[in-house]
Amino acid sequence: MTLADYRRRRGEPLVAEEHEVHAEHHPSALEYLQIGGILAVITAVEVGLYYIELDFTLLVVLLMVLSLAKFSMVVAWFMHLKFDSRLFTIAFVTGLVTAMSIFAAALATLHGQLV
Amino acid sequence: MATIAAPRRSPLSRALRDARLAAEESTGLLNWLATIDHKKIGVLYGVSAFIFFCTGGIEALLMRTQLVAPDSDVLNGDQFNRLLTMHGTTMVFLVVMPMSAAFFNLMVPLQIGARDVAFPRLNAFSYWTFLAGGIFLNASFFTEDIFSGQLGSPDGGWFGYAPLSLKTYTPGHGMDFYALGLQILGIASLAGGFNFIVTILNLRAPGMTLFRMPVFVWMTLVTSFLIIFAMPVIAVALFELTFDRLFDANFFDPSAGANPLLWQHMFWLFGHPEVYILILPAFGIISEIIPVFSRKPLFGYPFVVFSGIAIGFMSWGVWVHHMYTTGLGTIANSAFGISTILIAVPTGVKIFNWMGTLWGGSIRFRAPMMFAIGTVAMFTIGGLSGVTHSMVPSDYQQQDTYYVVAHFHYVLFGGAIFGLFGGIYYWFPKFTGRFLNETLGHIHFWIMFIGFNLTFFPMHMSGLLGMPRRIYTYTDGYGWDLYNLLSTIGAFTIALSIAIFIVNFLWSVRAGKKAGADPWDARTLEWSIPSPPPHYNFAEIPQVHARDEFWHRKYQEDADGNVVPVMAGAAHATETAHGGDGHDEHHAEGIHLPTPSFFPLIASLGFPFVATGLIYDYALIPVGATLIIVGFYGWALEPATEEVD
Amino acid sequence: MAVGTGHLETSTGLDNRKLLMWLFLGSECLFFGSFIAAYLLYRGRSTVGPYPEDLVDIPFTSVSAFVLLMSSVSMVLALAAIQRGNVRNLQIWLVTTAILGLAFIGGQAYEFTEFYHEGLRIDTNLYGTTFFVLTGFHGAHVTIGVLILLSLFTWSLRGGIQQKDSLNVELAGLYWHFVDIVWIVIFTLVYLVQPQ
Repeated sequence: MTLADYRRRRGEPLVAEEHEVHAEHHPSALEYLQIGGILAVITAVEVGLYYIELDFTLLVVLLMVLSLAKFSMVVAWFMHLKFDSRLFTIAFVTGLVTAMSIFAAALATLHGQLV
Repeated sequence: MATIAAPRRSPLSRALRDARLAAEESTGLLNWLATIDHKKIGVLYGVSAFIFFCTGGIEALLMRTQLVAPDSDVLNGDQFNRLLTMHGTTMVFLVVMPMSAAFFNLMVPLQIGARDVAFPRLNAFSYWTFLAGGIFLNASFFTEDIFSGQLGSPDGGWFGYAPLSLKTYTPGHGMDFYALGLQILGIASLAGGFNFIVTILNLRAPGMTLFRMPVFVWMTLVTSFLIIFAMPVIAVALFELTFDRLFDANFFDPSAGANPLLWQHMFWLFGHPEVYILILPAFGIISEIIPVFSRKPLFGYPFVVFSGIAIGFMSWGVWVHHMYTTGLGTIANSAFGISTILIAVPTGVKIFNWMGTLWGGSIRFRAPMMFAIGTVAMFTIGGLSGVTHSMVPSDYQQQDTYYVVAHFHYVLFGGAIFGLFGGIYYWFPKFTGRFLNETLGHIHFWIMFIGFNLTFFPMHMSGLLGMPRRIYTYTDGYGWDLYNLLSTIGAFTIALSIAIFIVNFLWSVRAGKKAGADPWDARTLEWSIPSPPPHYNFAEIPQVHARDEFWHRKYQEDADGNVVPVMAGAAHATETAHGGDGHDEHHAEGIHLPTPSFFPLIASLGFPFVATGLIYDYALIPVGATLIIVGFYGWALEPATEEVD
Repeated sequence: MAVGTGHLETSTGLDNRKLLMWLFLGSECLFFGSFIAAYLLYRGRSTVGPYPEDLVDIPFTSVSAFVLLMSSVSMVLALAAIQRGNVRNLQIWLVTTAILGLAFIGGQAYEFTEFYHEGLRIDTNLYGTTFFVLTGFHGAHVTIGVLILLSLFTWSLRGGIQQKDSLNVELAGLYWHFVDIVWIVIFTLVYLVQPQ
């Protein structure tokens, strides 16, 4: 029995051709440009915030939120993670979360400033 | 068949192809240099790791000779520091990790019913890079005037603490060999880690769900995830150390305001997951052996799997227990004390499951089983001393004493090494078609067991009596003399047992008792194909219906629940229960495997050139870089399989 | 690159190389995370100058950050092009991405030179060490990315990349976008956030 027979028996898709599956899920060129535009605007806002006299903690929080937004948009749309298998998300997010947690903990023990 | 769009076969391209095809036809050196077969790569890893085991062992014997009696001057302090550094670095990075990699290579594709790993050339690259790193690191011995007793090896301990490891306090090139050598080894490990995760997730035979995989495959998966996330951290630490030493950077320089604890954090953030990388493969091996030699399925398979996964996650949360005495404060120490106590739980779960497997089983005390049971017992002792370390105030007394040395040798030697030897005895018949001699195996076991305990048990005592680690001599009057004497006798006893093993191995490869496909009456798929396996592994990819698939092809339960053999020709014996009939060869004719390749080896060679160049002469760096680039581009551009005209 | 070897039927249905790339990117989070942590630990602790506030040129760096972000746009357009079978547009967008990447590297080189002339070296103080090593490794990653893009471009000139080979471009894209998102983090933490 081949893998294909096995899949047929279980009612699973026979082949997971990435580009066939994704034909329905691709953002259009226009959407990509729109996201690019949003990224540019957010960057401009971030730079603008740098020049405003803001309470330091507030500035940091805002910058983190904005950066997180940019980060997520690039990962979700440009890297297509939103539309792809959860396994890819698990692989990437595990690394990301592990990194953030251990270094937050390590810096905390050294009374390091995170920001 | 695969074709590239309109290839023009230039003379170069034809020459490269011919070289690959020649390697494929060859049975000698050419074949081994270009091999991408996981079975051959596994053998290469295993033999190399064993040779390094002997070098690391000799380093230990030299140290034990120096410490046999107080006020000894067999070795001076400098020599002793170099040996202790190389002993630890060798055993961790050049023995246990590559020996585990040998088993990943030999066993994972067979146990999941695959023909090879996901990326065969990356696999070859891992091995050659490991070998390059190991040779580079050991070459350091010869970089000073070895004949007048000056060793050029690193001398900062395997843990290389800064700022001691900086140029100001440790001039000379030794620590540069340490930093750069470990970088090279790290690349090898990373490549292997990625390869095995993709292999295990993607190349399983039809019907082999994750929960039907052998435990050894699960442990390989968890270990590989630990590798890919932990190795980058040590890589960064080593880059930082290298930049401090070579370019006067300030990562660890207190005079620039740096915090030396940064090194310790980075090292142990890597180092703690690393010790689980060292032990989980051995846990996987004994989880295969114990059920086979108890004639019972593994007790609590889901618990064994989940505890392995839990260990993987939790291993990230305990590293500060190596730093209790550095003054981080009560909150940090308490938090990590709790997390460290908790991590004993999943390991305890495994131990109970192994014991539950043995309980009520029909036990055969063959050589693999002796080592497996020994692993459980010795690891338990090491685990208990580990629990005493987890308690912060008790660790305050134990830190930097021989008690710690006792602990980690019980878990690493008693745990990992015993388990790995069990794997050798267990799987030797599969890859050679012969048994290792059973009598010599038992003798090896008992002498090693006695020698091991004689070496390391007394260290609990000398440690609690205050004997510090990493000292090259001591005076009498502390009460340490007897324990040191016993340890030295034990160390030479271990060496004797290894000599017996070597004799057994060399003899058995040629003249051992013949073994068929399934000499142990085992449970997993590797035993369903001939011994040694054909190069394509499986003539037909197996269809998997259950955990311990192979066992279920051989046996079923009758109406009274007794295990009875499946009759050949019976309705469910549709797949071949016993490998190696002529039917297979006919199927095999249609199987094409990827062609051997030299580019992984070429790429690997570049790294030691770059490293040597950084230490001695920058002119070597472009040489190394060229080899790496040529290697990678050649690898990318060549077809996976060459077509024969 | 195993061009044209056909699609493997894998247990997860996912392509081996794509899975490998995502795992690799996950591990790279640990790599960059470590250098970022060292930077954050030592921020504000240099015992001698020059200090960040003396050197950081936000307008300049904002432009280079913008350039790198736009290179992600052109990268994704390159992928979209080859997924539709349009080799010509693939080539245009690949070259665009490479040029934007080179512009970014040029900007980094300029900035490094400026800092160097102001007296900041890797051995000067904690800032010099952590800044140059972190951004240096990032720049090295961008450089490798540009080499990969140019290699793909060259390969496509020889007809080696057709619609069925779009995965190769996708993999390069994932790497490229990752390098971009690392910069998003660095730009914020190293440039925009300056403790008083």
